Amino acid sequence: MTDFDSVELLDVSRHFGRRRALSHVSLTARAGDILGLLGPNGAGKSTIIGALATLVAPTSGEVRYGGKRARALGDGLRRHIGLLAHELHLYPELTARQNLEFFAKLYGADGAPAIDAALERAALADRGHEEVQGFSRGMRQRLALERALLHQPRLVLFDEPFTGLDDHAVSIVASRLRELAAAGAIVIIATHDLDLADGLVTRVALIREGRLLSDEPAAAGLRARYRSVMGHA
Amino acid sequence: MFARTALLVLQKDFAIEVRSREILYTTLLFALSCVLIFSIAFVKEGEPLLDAAAGILWIAVEFAGTLALGKTFERERYAETLRALLLAPAPRAAIYLGKMLGVVALLAVAEALLVPLVALLFHAPLFAEPLLLVALLAAGTVGFSIVGTLFAAMLVRARSRDVMLPILLYPMTVPVMIAGVRGTSALLQSPADTPSAIMWIGLLASLDVVFMTIALWTFEPLMTE
Repeated sequence: MTDFDSVELLDVSRHFGRRRALSHVSLTARAGDILGLLGPNGAGKSTIIGALATLVAPTSGEVRYGGKRARALGDGLRRHIGLLAHELHLYPELTARQNLEFFAKLYGADGAPAIDAALERAALADRGHEEVQGFSRGMRQRLALERALLHQPRLVLFDEPFTGLDDHAVSIVASRLRELAAAGAIVIIATHDLDLADGLVTRVALIREGRLLSDEPAAAGLRARYRSVMGHA
Repeated sequence: MFARTALLVLQKDFAIEVRSREILYTTLLFALSCVLIFSIAFVKEGEPLLDAAAGILWIAVEFAGTLALGKTFERERYAETLRALLLAPAPRAAIYLGKMLGVVALLAVAEALLVPLVALLFHAPLFAEPLLLVALLAAGTVGFSIVGTLFAAMLVRARSRDVMLPILLYPMTVPVMIAGVRGTSALLQSPADTPSAIMWIGLLASLDVVFMTIALWTFEPLMTE
């Protein structure tokens, strides 16, 4: 059994050579949470996302999924993790459908009906046979979102998911994230865009220079709170 | 799950290549240019330099292979799709194996063109012992691809990857190249020195086993940042 309903970083530090990307970060997210990792560029947000995705190994400390270490859960753990990063993880030479088919098979997800539904949600049902390299940034982003969610992951990790999107696309992504959290997913978003995070996230972790400065429920006036915490750090 | 994932990655690379043909064409063109340039240098008045054919064949394979490796992983770097592959719920070594088999397949196509060309231009009796030649090329190509795929994957996010790949790859594959050239030279003797060729094939197969064991063992830790 590799599913889980919470994910924890326990005193996690990560150094890249002499550079300290994360320093003693402890953080917990539970099913239903939309946790915003907020901080300036280079704060360590992407390193946290990488550690949660099993792509970055902590130098010290550990990541636990439902109280268990990643090693104990094996490769099957990654069946429950979905990652959407700034780079979209799509093959531009393949069609939208071929991309989804490949990743569905890779994750052992359901076949054609799931892919049809994903194309429908991405508003690309009639363009599934077209190569991704011909798509606009917004279309690619919608497709990448569905690719990341194709296998219905428990832990949904988004690293700057709103980059390059217009207002309409942002609202689509935001409502999809709310749906996921309502359905029991653990949603974690790394962003430096406070306007987009405000009203979307249910919890806020403020990070600067690899340190967790604050972990609190989201409340009105996120920007003022951010300035206050970052200003005093 | 392991074999299925490796096969999926191979099929995906094949599907992309069928659509773009980018790596195949550049690899073939490069390999052919290599052999043609060597033939201009080493064939004087219709008479090729003694024993040049074996070395030229393997140099062309190695250079074309380096190009194919770089291009193959450039494709995975472009949209960071290698990270997406590493997130698959399968042993990460299976991803490595799939990529490695893709490189082997590309080089096999290049060799299918290179061997007759080298035989023609250098008057080399490469088809005297076809089975042994195929075994030699297969074992050498697999050995080169095992090491090359591991280094190319390691360097995929390095800024100086184009410079670093040959610097790391060529010294490590020297034993493969020596065995390949010496084995091919043995086959080009008149009559063919089959016991020597078989010995070199055996050595290449042993190197393949050692390299593959190390690659499968180290791929996951090397790819985890």
